[in-house]
Amino acid sequence: MYITPVKQEDLANNMAEEVKLFKTWSTPFGLRVVWALKLKGIEYESIDEDLSNKSALLLQYNPVYKKVPVLVHNGKPVSESLVILEYIDETWNQNPLLPEDPFERARQRFWAKFNEEKLLPTIMAIFTKEGKDREEAMAAWVENLKFVEEELKGKKFFGSEKIGLADLVFGWMANLIGIFEEVTGLKIVDERYPLLLAWMQEFYEHPVIKDTWPPHDKMIIKWQALYENYHPAK
Amino acid sequence: MEGAVVLLDFWPSMFGMRTRIALAEKGIKYEYREEDLRNKSDLLLQMNPVHKKIPVLIHNGKPVCESLIQVQYIDEVWNDRAPLLPSDPYKRAIARFWADFVDKKIYDLGSKVWKTKGEEQETAKKEFIESLKLLEGELGDKAYFGGENLGFVDVALIPFYSWFYAYEKCGNFSIEAECPKLIAWAKRCMQKESVAKSLPDKEKVYEFVLHLKKVYGIE
Repeated sequence: MYITPVKQEDLANNMAEEVKLFKTWSTPFGLRVVWALKLKGIEYESIDEDLSNKSALLLQYNPVYKKVPVLVHNGKPVSESLVILEYIDETWNQNPLLPEDPFERARQRFWAKFNEEKLLPTIMAIFTKEGKDREEAMAAWVENLKFVEEELKGKKFFGSEKIGLADLVFGWMANLIGIFEEVTGLKIVDERYPLLLAWMQEFYEHPVIKDTWPPHDKMIIKWQALYENYHPAK
Repeated sequence: MEGAVVLLDFWPSMFGMRTRIALAEKGIKYEYREEDLRNKSDLLLQMNPVHKKIPVLIHNGKPVCESLIQVQYIDEVWNDRAPLLPSDPYKRAIARFWADFVDKKIYDLGSKVWKTKGEEQETAKKEFIESLKLLEGELGDKAYFGGENLGFVDVALIPFYSWFYAYEKCGNFSIEAECPKLIAWAKRCMQKESVAKSLPDKEKVYEFVLHLKKVYGIE
């Protein structure tokens, strides 16, 4: 069993709750929240936004950034995916995303931050830049991956035995790396990182995760178009 | 809970100041070690191999890195006094959101204010003030972001106050003129011993910024 069963009283509580998630069909940040809700068995209403024409509700719920995802729980909005994940974990206690021990909690938060501040900007630089700039981004990426590989030693997931906060934050890699490799023709995570590759596979196929991935062909079209924007044919 | 606490830090770092304040609020005795960032200690490199940065909090020999993560760690370990995060999950989410906002905006914009000139500086000043005004809005009529007492957002933001004088001198503007409520809040925070002990003198910070400008070759 990958998840412990949801208790009857938790289900009853869920019935009284109203949970809405504003996202888009493709955003990896929104997908993290989908995973957290699914892992905890929380019922929610999904609202897919068109970012070129944001709804009045979205702008009202997230006036500071005007971005997705936004979780609205009984009318109260929470923005920023990492903040949302911790909110979900603290509000619904089944299948915890963070361990009890403060040091291990700090560790999960550290790697979540590492993903946001190091991995994401570097992968976007690899995707969008050319020539020397791309080479530099690749070099930074390789350095970053070494640390990630090291962190996975002796662990099945970043959360250890089961999926935790850091796994949800790194989760984008499980499908987007393959898509980026297809679109750019570059090898982005190679055999130098066997633990990371194994983790990506494990996460991709996890019973709670596997049916949530956005359609592959639609993703290819989207990212191909973006790539062409950054690398127009001469 | 008990056990040796060491903080690897650098006196003008706003990030180090956050951890100092949290430790002081909880009344935790610790060893402060000043790092020379041009000549980082073996301990620093060993305890923070990923970023090689300060502050690093070492508790019972184990490192915790990243200032806001350290503040949460301190709050969770020493959970019997002076809570920094509220107990309600929604209020905690709001606190985390605004602390994250401080991280995303204030450091980079503040840096741009002292590092740049001309139009780039004007844009940075404008965006810096706009961000402070959003924070003022969040503060509202409360004494502190944390309500009656210092909270997570107060700890995240107040260290930057020690750099405001430097920003103002370099940018030739008055933050108080634009954000009087925020400055009133900052002065209120400075009345607290935990804050006053943790922030360096503003003139020293300004001297340090002038020194950095020389080193970076900024006019």
